[in-house]
Amino acid sequence: MGDLINIFIKSAFIENLALSYFLGMCSFLAVSKSVKTAIGLGIAVIFVNGLTIPMNWLIDHYLLGEGGLLGMDLTFLRFIIFISTIAALVQLVEMVVEKVSPSLYNSLGIFLPLITVNCAILGASLFMITKEYNFSQSVSFGLGGGVGWALAIVAIAAIREKMQYSHVPAPLRGLGMAFLLTGLMGMAFMGLMGIDPAAFK
Amino acid sequence: MAEVKDIKIKEESAFSFGKDEKKLLSDPLNDNNPITVQVLGVCSALAVTTLLSKAIVMGIAVTFVTAFSNLFTSMLRNYIPKQIRMIVQLVIIAFLVTVVELALKAVNYPIWKDLSVFIGLIITNCIVMGRLEAYAMANKPWKSFLDGIGNGLGYALILIIIAATRELFGKGSLLDFKIIGPTSEYLLNTTDISLLSWYTANNLMILSPAAMFVVAIIIWVQRHYNKKLVDIS
Repeated sequence: MGDLINIFIKSAFIENLALSYFLGMCSFLAVSKSVKTAIGLGIAVIFVNGLTIPMNWLIDHYLLGEGGLLGMDLTFLRFIIFISTIAALVQLVEMVVEKVSPSLYNSLGIFLPLITVNCAILGASLFMITKEYNFSQSVSFGLGGGVGWALAIVAIAAIREKMQYSHVPAPLRGLGMAFLLTGLMGMAFMGLMGIDPAAFK
Repeated sequence: MAEVKDIKIKEESAFSFGKDEKKLLSDPLNDNNPITVQVLGVCSALAVTTLLSKAIVMGIAVTFVTAFSNLFTSMLRNYIPKQIRMIVQLVIIAFLVTVVELALKAVNYPIWKDLSVFIGLIITNCIVMGRLEAYAMANKPWKSFLDGIGNGLGYALILIIIAATRELFGKGSLLDFKIIGPTSEYLLNTTDISLLSWYTANNLMILSPAAMFVVAIIIWVQRHYNKKLVDIS
Protein backbone atom coordinates (compact mmCIF):
# COMPACT_ATOMS: atom_id res chain seq x y z
CA MET A 1 0.00 0.00 0.00
CA GLY A 2 2.78 2.37 0.95
CA ASP A 3 4.31 1.68 -2.41
CA LEU A 4 1.12 2.81 -4.17
CA ILE A 5 0.89 6.06 -2.19
CA ASN A 6 4.53 6.59 -2.96
CA ILE A 7 3.89 6.30 -6.71
CA PHE A 8 0.82 8.53 -6.43
CA ILE A 9 2.76 11.32 -4.70
CA LYS A 10 5.67 10.94 -7.07
CA SER A 11 3.57 11.13 -10.23
CA ALA A 12 1.38 13.96 -8.95
CA PHE A 13 4.05 16.27 -7.62
CA ILE A 14 7.64 15.31 -8.28
CA GLU A 15 7.31 14.02 -11.83
CA ASN A 16 4.38 16.23 -12.71
CA LEU A 17 3.26 15.45 -16.26
CA ALA A 18 2.59 19.06 -17.15
CA LEU A 19 5.37 20.90 -15.39
CA SER A 20 8.33 18.56 -15.48
CA TYR A 21 7.66 16.57 -18.66
CA PHE A 22 5.66 19.30 -20.42
CA LEU A 23 3.05 16.86 -21.66
CA GLY A 24 -0.34 18.07 -22.76
CA MET A 25 1.06 21.56 -23.29
CA CYS A 26 -1.23 22.37 -26.22
CA SER A 27 -4.41 22.19 -24.20
CA PHE A 28 -2.53 23.37 -21.14
CA LEU A 29 -1.81 26.70 -22.83
CA ALA A 30 -5.05 26.95 -24.81
CA VAL A 31 -7.60 26.11 -22.12
CA SER A 32 -6.00 27.87 -19.15
CA LYS A 33 -7.61 31.26 -19.67
CA SER A 34 -10.26 30.84 -16.96
CA VAL A 35 -10.32 28.75 -13.80
CA LYS A 36 -13.75 27.31 -14.50
CA THR A 37 -12.86 25.66 -17.81
CA ALA A 38 -9.52 24.60 -16.37
CA ILE A 39 -11.27 22.71 -13.59
CA GLY A 40 -13.52 21.00 -16.17
CA LEU A 41 -10.59 19.87 -18.28
CA GLY A 42 -8.63 18.87 -15.18
CA ILE A 43 -11.37 16.58 -13.95
CA ALA A 44 -11.77 15.07 -17.41
CA VAL A 45 -8.04 14.32 -17.55
CA ILE A 46 -8.04 12.66 -14.09
CA PHE A 47 -10.99 10.57 -15.23
CA VAL A 48 -9.55 9.45 -18.55
CA ASN A 49 -5.98 9.02 -17.26
CA GLY A 50 -7.16 6.89 -14.35
CA LEU A 51 -9.09 4.64 -16.73
CA THR A 52 -6.88 4.38 -19.81
CA ILE A 53 -3.60 3.59 -18.11
CA PRO A 54 -4.77 0.43 -16.30
CA MET A 55 -6.66 -0.47 -19.48
CA ASN A 56 -3.54 -0.08 -21.59
CA TRP A 57 -1.60 -2.06 -19.02
CA LEU A 58 -4.05 -4.96 -19.35
CA ILE A 59 -3.88 -4.80 -23.15
CA ASP A 60 -0.12 -4.60 -23.21
CA HIS A 61 0.24 -7.43 -20.73
CA TYR A 62 -2.37 -9.89 -21.91
CA LEU A 63 -2.57 -9.16 -25.62
CA LEU A 64 0.64 -7.65 -26.96
CA GLY A 65 3.28 -9.11 -24.68
CA GLU A 66 5.14 -12.29 -25.44
CA GLY A 67 3.33 -14.25 -22.76
CA GLY A 68 -0.02 -12.89 -23.88
CA LEU A 69 -3.06 -14.61 -25.32
CA LEU A 70 -1.82 -14.41 -28.90
CA GLY A 71 1.46 -16.00 -27.94
CA MET A 72 3.69 -13.66 -29.93
CA ASP A 73 5.54 -10.45 -29.38
CA LEU A 74 3.39 -7.69 -30.83
CA THR A 75 4.84 -4.81 -28.86
CA PHE A 76 5.72 -2.92 -32.04
CA LEU A 77 1.98 -2.32 -32.40
CA ARG A 78 1.88 -0.44 -29.10
CA PHE A 79 1.43 3.05 -30.53
CA ILE A 80 -1.48 2.14 -32.76
CA ILE A 81 -3.20 0.03 -30.12
CA PHE A 82 -2.71 2.54 -27.31
CA ILE A 83 -4.00 5.50 -29.25
CA SER A 84 -7.02 3.51 -30.44
CA THR A 85 -7.72 2.39 -26.88
CA ILE A 86 -7.58 5.97 -25.72
CA ALA A 87 -9.85 7.15 -28.55
CA ALA A 88 -12.31 4.33 -27.98
CA LEU A 89 -12.33 4.71 -24.22
CA VAL A 90 -12.86 8.45 -24.45
CA GLN A 91 -15.81 7.82 -26.73
CA LEU A 92 -17.16 5.20 -24.31
CA VAL A 93 -16.69 7.40 -21.26
CA GLU A 94 -18.48 10.19 -23.10
CA MET A 95 -21.50 7.97 -23.79
CA VAL A 96 -21.65 6.54 -20.26
CA VAL A 97 -21.34 9.95 -18.64
CA GLU A 98 -24.04 11.32 -20.92
CA LYS A 99 -26.45 8.56 -19.80
CA VAL A 100 -25.57 8.47 -16.12
CA SER A 101 -24.99 12.11 -15.25
CA PRO A 102 -26.11 14.72 -17.79
CA SER A 103 -24.95 17.57 -15.56
CA LEU A 104 -21.39 16.21 -15.44
CA TYR A 105 -21.60 15.61 -19.18
CA ASN A 106 -22.54 19.22 -19.78
CA SER A 107 -19.59 20.49 -17.80
CA LEU A 108 -17.09 18.05 -19.36
CA GLY A 109 -18.74 17.79 -22.77
CA ILE A 110 -16.40 19.74 -25.01
CA PHE A 111 -13.25 18.63 -23.23
CA LEU A 112 -13.66 14.90 -23.52
CA PRO A 113 -12.97 14.63 -27.29
CA LEU A 114 -10.08 17.07 -26.89
CA ILE A 115 -8.40 14.67 -24.53
CA THR A 116 -7.89 12.01 -27.21
CA VAL A 117 -5.02 14.00 -28.61
CA ASN A 118 -3.74 15.21 -25.26
CA CYS A 119 -0.20 13.91 -25.11
CA ALA A 120 -0.37 13.64 -21.32
CA ILE A 121 -2.56 10.56 -21.68
CA LEU A 122 -0.51 8.73 -24.29
CA GLY A 123 2.69 9.91 -22.60
CA ALA A 124 1.59 8.51 -19.26
CA SER A 125 0.71 5.20 -20.94
CA LEU A 126 4.17 4.99 -22.49
CA PHE A 127 5.86 5.97 -19.23
CA MET A 128 3.87 3.22 -17.55
CA ILE A 129 5.56 0.79 -19.96
CA THR A 130 9.10 2.16 -19.59
CA LYS A 131 8.81 2.22 -15.80
CA GLU A 132 7.61 -1.39 -15.75
CA TYR A 133 4.78 -0.94 -13.27
CA ASN A 134 2.47 -3.77 -12.29
CA PHE A 135 -1.32 -3.43 -12.47
CA SER A 136 -2.09 -1.77 -9.13
CA GLN A 137 0.93 0.49 -9.52
CA SER A 138 -0.33 1.58 -12.93
CA VAL A 139 -3.74 2.47 -11.44
CA SER A 140 -2.00 4.63 -8.86
CA PHE A 141 0.29 6.14 -11.50
CA GLY A 142 -2.67 6.97 -13.75
CA LEU A 143 -4.64 8.69 -11.03
CA GLY A 144 -1.59 10.51 -9.67
CA GLY A 145 -0.58 11.75 -13.10
CA GLY A 146 -4.09 13.02 -13.76
CA VAL A 147 -4.29 14.80 -10.40
CA GLY A 148 -0.91 16.43 -10.95
CA TRP A 149 -1.90 17.66 -14.40
CA ALA A 150 -5.25 19.00 -13.13
CA LEU A 151 -3.50 20.78 -10.28
CA ALA A 152 -1.06 22.44 -12.64
CA ILE A 153 -3.69 23.67 -15.11
CA VAL A 154 -5.96 25.07 -12.38
CA ALA A 155 -3.01 26.87 -10.79
CA ILE A 156 -1.86 28.46 -14.04
CA ALA A 157 -5.43 29.46 -14.96
CA ALA A 158 -5.74 31.28 -11.66
CA ILE A 159 -2.47 33.12 -12.29
CA ARG A 160 -3.48 34.02 -15.84
CA GLU A 161 -6.78 35.45 -14.63
CA LYS A 162 -4.87 37.79 -12.33
CA MET A 163 -2.37 38.66 -15.07
CA GLN A 164 -5.09 40.44 -17.02
CA TYR A 165 -4.82 43.37 -14.64
CA SER A 166 -1.11 43.91 -15.04
CA HIS A 167 0.87 45.75 -17.70
CA VAL A 168 2.78 43.32 -19.84
CA PRO A 169 4.95 44.46 -22.78
CA ALA A 170 2.87 44.14 -25.96
CA PRO A 171 4.93 41.41 -27.70
CA LEU A 172 4.78 39.22 -24.59
CA ARG A 173 1.05 39.56 -24.06
CA GLY A 174 -0.94 36.35 -24.08
CA LEU A 175 1.16 33.46 -25.29
CA GLY A 176 4.59 34.78 -24.29
CA MET A 177 3.45 35.43 -20.75
CA ALA A 178 1.83 32.00 -20.55
CA PHE A 179 5.17 30.41 -21.41
CA LEU A 180 7.03 32.50 -18.84
CA LEU A 181 4.49 31.65 -16.15
CA THR A 182 4.67 27.95 -16.92
CA GLY A 183 8.45 28.12 -16.65
CA LEU A 184 8.25 29.87 -13.28
CA MET A 185 5.69 27.34 -12.05
CA GLY A 186 7.92 24.54 -13.25
CA MET A 187 10.72 25.98 -11.13
CA ALA A 188 8.39 26.18 -8.14
CA PHE A 189 7.38 22.56 -8.64
CA MET A 190 11.02 21.55 -8.75
CA GLY A 191 11.12 22.56 -5.11
CA LEU A 192 8.89 19.55 -4.48
CA MET A 193 11.72 17.27 -5.53
CA GLY A 194 12.84 17.56 -1.93
CA ILE A 195 9.91 15.38 -0.85
CA ASP A 196 11.21 12.01 0.20
CA PRO A 197 8.74 9.45 -1.18
CA ALA A 198 10.17 6.84 1.18
CA ALA A 199 8.62 8.77 4.05
CA PHE A 200 5.19 7.56 2.97
CA LYS A 201 6.09 3.91 3.16
CA MET B 1 -11.60 4.23 -66.85
CA ALA B 2 -11.41 7.50 -68.68
CA GLU B 3 -12.28 9.32 -65.52
CA VAL B 4 -9.42 7.74 -63.61
CA LYS B 5 -7.01 8.76 -66.34
CA ASP B 6 -8.28 12.34 -66.23
CA ILE B 7 -7.68 12.59 -62.52
CA LYS B 8 -4.17 11.23 -62.92
CA ILE B 9 -3.27 13.85 -65.50
CA LYS B 10 -4.62 16.59 -63.27
CA GLU B 11 -2.60 15.33 -60.31
CA GLU B 12 0.58 15.18 -62.33
CA SER B 13 0.19 18.66 -63.70
CA ALA B 14 -0.21 19.77 -60.09
CA PHE B 15 3.45 18.94 -59.41
CA SER B 16 4.41 22.52 -60.10
CA PHE B 17 6.63 24.64 -57.91
CA GLY B 18 5.56 28.25 -58.17
CA LYS B 19 4.95 31.17 -55.86
CA ASP B 20 2.13 29.47 -53.95
CA GLU B 21 4.22 26.40 -53.26
CA LYS B 22 7.14 28.47 -52.09
CA LYS B 23 4.85 30.30 -49.70
CA LEU B 24 3.69 26.98 -48.29
CA LEU B 25 7.28 26.22 -47.37
CA SER B 26 8.32 29.65 -46.09
CA ASP B 27 5.18 30.69 -44.22
CA PRO B 28 5.53 28.25 -41.33
CA LEU B 29 9.10 29.39 -40.72
CA ASN B 30 8.00 32.80 -39.49
CA ASP B 31 4.51 34.21 -40.00
CA ASN B 32 2.68 31.00 -39.26
CA ASN B 33 5.19 29.11 -37.15
CA PRO B 34 3.68 25.99 -35.60
CA ILE B 35 5.17 26.56 -32.16
CA THR B 36 5.28 30.29 -31.60
CA VAL B 37 2.17 31.30 -33.56
CA GLN B 38 -0.15 28.33 -33.91
CA VAL B 39 0.94 26.94 -30.49
CA LEU B 40 0.88 23.38 -31.79
CA GLY B 41 3.28 20.67 -30.77
CA VAL B 42 4.75 22.48 -27.81
CA CYS B 43 4.83 19.37 -25.63
CA SER B 44 7.64 17.52 -27.31
CA ALA B 45 9.45 20.70 -28.32
CA LEU B 46 10.32 21.40 -24.71
CA ALA B 47 11.20 17.94 -23.54
CA VAL B 48 13.72 16.95 -26.21
CA THR B 49 15.71 20.18 -26.40
CA THR B 50 18.38 19.53 -23.78
CA LEU B 51 20.85 18.48 -26.48
CA LEU B 52 21.19 19.78 -30.03
CA SER B 53 21.59 16.28 -31.47
CA LYS B 54 18.27 15.17 -29.95
CA ALA B 55 16.50 18.23 -31.34
CA ILE B 56 17.84 17.64 -34.85
CA VAL B 57 16.73 14.01 -34.86
CA MET B 58 13.33 14.99 -33.50
CA GLY B 59 12.99 17.73 -36.13
CA ILE B 60 13.73 15.27 -38.93
CA ALA B 61 11.30 12.70 -37.48
CA VAL B 62 8.48 15.21 -37.16
CA THR B 63 9.08 16.63 -40.65
CA PHE B 64 8.89 13.12 -42.08
CA VAL B 65 5.67 12.34 -40.23
CA THR B 66 3.92 15.63 -41.05
CA ALA B 67 4.92 15.45 -44.71
CA PHE B 68 3.78 11.89 -45.32
CA SER B 69 0.69 11.95 -43.11
CA ASN B 70 -0.40 15.09 -44.97
CA LEU B 71 0.26 13.35 -48.27
CA PHE B 72 -1.62 10.15 -47.39
CA THR B 73 -4.55 11.93 -45.76
CA SER B 74 -4.86 14.23 -48.72
CA MET B 75 -4.89 11.27 -51.11
CA LEU B 76 -7.59 9.57 -49.06
CA ARG B 77 -9.53 12.71 -48.22
CA ASN B 78 -12.47 11.93 -50.52
CA TYR B 79 -12.85 8.39 -49.18
CA ILE B 80 -12.74 9.11 -45.44
CA PRO B 81 -16.20 9.35 -43.84
CA LYS B 82 -16.54 12.55 -41.81
CA GLN B 83 -17.61 10.81 -38.58
CA ILE B 84 -14.57 8.58 -38.22
CA ARG B 85 -11.93 10.84 -39.75
CA MET B 86 -10.13 11.27 -36.42
CA ILE B 87 -9.52 7.55 -36.06
CA VAL B 88 -8.42 7.19 -39.68
CA GLN B 89 -5.99 10.08 -39.24
CA LEU B 90 -4.67 8.65 -35.99
CA VAL B 91 -4.05 5.28 -37.63
CA ILE B 92 -2.14 6.92 -40.50
CA ILE B 93 -0.05 8.93 -38.05
CA ALA B 94 0.53 5.99 -35.72
CA PHE B 95 1.68 3.87 -38.66
CA LEU B 96 4.20 6.50 -39.77
CA VAL B 97 5.46 7.04 -36.24
CA THR B 98 5.98 3.31 -35.80
CA VAL B 99 8.04 3.31 -39.00
CA VAL B 100 10.16 6.22 -37.74
CA GLU B 101 10.63 4.64 -34.33
CA LEU B 102 11.74 1.27 -35.66
CA ALA B 103 14.04 2.93 -38.20
CA LEU B 104 15.65 5.12 -35.54
CA LYS B 105 16.05 2.16 -33.20
CA ALA B 106 17.92 0.31 -35.93
CA VAL B 107 20.04 3.22 -37.13
CA ASN B 108 21.00 5.04 -33.94
CA TYR B 109 20.20 3.16 -30.77
CA PRO B 110 21.66 5.65 -28.20
CA ILE B 111 19.57 8.54 -29.55
CA TRP B 112 16.50 6.32 -29.62
CA LYS B 113 17.14 5.50 -25.98
CA ASP B 114 17.56 9.20 -25.17
CA LEU B 115 14.34 10.26 -26.85
CA SER B 116 12.47 7.39 -25.14
CA VAL B 117 8.74 8.02 -25.21
CA PHE B 118 8.94 11.26 -27.15
CA ILE B 119 9.17 9.62 -30.55
CA GLY B 120 5.93 7.84 -29.70
CA LEU B 121 4.43 11.11 -28.64
CA ILE B 122 4.69 12.47 -32.18
CA ILE B 123 1.33 10.69 -32.62
CA THR B 124 -0.37 13.13 -30.30
CA ASN B 125 1.80 16.00 -31.45
CA CYS B 126 -0.83 18.57 -32.22
CA ILE B 127 1.06 19.85 -35.30
CA VAL B 128 0.47 16.64 -37.20
CA MET B 129 -3.21 16.39 -36.33
CA GLY B 130 -3.70 20.14 -36.68
CA ARG B 131 -2.26 20.25 -40.20
CA LEU B 132 -4.30 17.24 -41.27
CA GLU B 133 -7.49 18.90 -40.12
CA ALA B 134 -6.66 22.39 -41.28
CA TYR B 135 -4.94 21.67 -44.58
CA ALA B 136 -4.72 18.13 -45.86
CA MET B 137 -8.44 17.39 -45.62
CA ALA B 138 -9.16 20.21 -48.06
CA ASN B 139 -6.21 20.33 -50.46
CA LYS B 140 -4.45 18.38 -53.21
CA PRO B 141 -1.72 15.86 -52.27
CA TRP B 142 1.30 17.75 -53.65
CA LYS B 143 0.43 20.99 -51.89
CA SER B 144 -0.39 19.13 -48.68
CA PHE B 145 2.97 17.38 -48.88
CA LEU B 146 4.75 20.74 -49.16
CA ASP B 147 2.65 22.14 -46.33
CA GLY B 148 3.72 19.20 -44.19
CA ILE B 149 7.38 19.75 -44.99
CA GLY B 150 7.06 23.48 -44.29
CA ASN B 151 5.44 22.96 -40.93
CA GLY B 152 7.89 20.26 -39.98
CA LEU B 153 10.78 22.59 -40.85
CA GLY B 154 9.21 25.48 -38.91
CA TYR B 155 8.96 23.18 -35.92
CA ALA B 156 12.52 21.94 -36.38
CA LEU B 157 13.83 25.51 -36.66
CA ILE B 158 12.42 26.53 -33.27
CA LEU B 159 13.56 23.24 -31.76
CA ILE B 160 17.11 23.80 -32.99
CA ILE B 161 17.23 27.38 -31.69
CA ILE B 162 16.01 26.27 -28.26
CA ALA B 163 18.32 23.28 -28.11
CA ALA B 164 21.37 25.25 -29.25
CA THR B 165 20.77 27.88 -26.56
CA ARG B 166 20.20 25.30 -23.86
CA GLU B 167 23.16 23.14 -24.74
CA LEU B 168 25.51 26.08 -25.23
CA PHE B 169 24.79 27.66 -21.86
CA GLY B 170 23.88 24.52 -19.97
CA LYS B 171 26.84 22.39 -21.00
CA GLY B 172 29.12 24.84 -22.78
CA SER B 173 29.06 22.66 -25.88
CA LEU B 174 27.30 22.23 -29.20
CA LEU B 175 26.72 18.72 -30.57
CA ASP B 176 29.02 17.53 -27.76
CA PHE B 177 31.81 19.74 -29.10
CA LYS B 178 33.14 22.00 -26.35
CA ILE B 179 32.69 25.72 -27.16
CA ILE B 180 32.70 27.62 -23.90
CA GLY B 181 35.14 26.61 -21.21
CA PRO B 182 38.10 24.23 -21.27
CA THR B 183 37.95 20.84 -22.98
CA SER B 184 38.44 17.72 -20.97
CA GLU B 185 41.84 17.00 -22.56
CA TYR B 186 43.02 20.42 -21.50
CA LEU B 187 41.82 19.72 -17.97
CA LEU B 188 43.83 16.53 -17.84
CA ASN B 189 47.08 18.06 -19.02
CA THR B 190 47.14 21.35 -17.17
CA THR B 191 48.19 22.42 -13.74
CA ASP B 192 46.92 25.98 -14.09
CA ILE B 193 43.66 25.99 -12.14
CA SER B 194 42.83 29.69 -12.42
CA LEU B 195 41.80 29.28 -16.07
CA LEU B 196 39.34 26.53 -15.31
CA SER B 197 36.69 28.43 -13.50
CA TRP B 198 35.92 31.26 -15.91
CA TYR B 199 32.71 29.62 -17.08
CA THR B 200 30.63 27.33 -14.93
CA ALA B 201 27.93 25.51 -16.84
CA ASN B 202 24.52 26.86 -15.90
CA ASN B 203 22.58 23.81 -14.77
CA LEU B 204 19.26 25.62 -14.88
CA MET B 205 19.41 25.62 -18.68
CA ILE B 206 19.34 21.83 -18.72
CA LEU B 207 16.30 21.70 -16.45
CA SER B 208 12.87 21.89 -18.01
CA PRO B 209 11.74 25.41 -16.96
CA ALA B 210 14.56 26.96 -18.99
CA ALA B 211 12.94 25.67 -22.19
CA MET B 212 9.87 27.71 -21.34
CA PHE B 213 11.92 30.85 -20.81
CA VAL B 214 13.76 30.37 -24.10
CA VAL B 215 10.47 29.94 -25.99
CA ALA B 216 9.06 33.04 -24.28
CA ILE B 217 12.12 35.03 -25.36
CA ILE B 218 11.84 33.73 -28.94
CA ILE B 219 8.18 34.79 -28.99
CA TRP B 220 9.10 38.18 -27.57
CA VAL B 221 11.79 38.82 -30.19
CA GLN B 222 9.64 37.51 -33.05
CA ARG B 223 6.62 39.61 -32.11
CA HIS B 224 8.75 42.67 -31.56
CA TYR B 225 9.79 42.58 -35.22
CA ASN B 226 6.56 41.10 -36.56
CA LYS B 227 3.95 43.47 -35.16
CA LYS B 228 0.95 41.79 -36.77
CA LEU B 229 1.39 38.75 -34.53
CA VAL B 230 0.94 40.74 -31.31
CA ASP B 231 -1.96 39.54 -29.15
CA ILE B 232 -4.45 42.41 -28.93
CA SER B 233 -6.89 40.93 -26.41
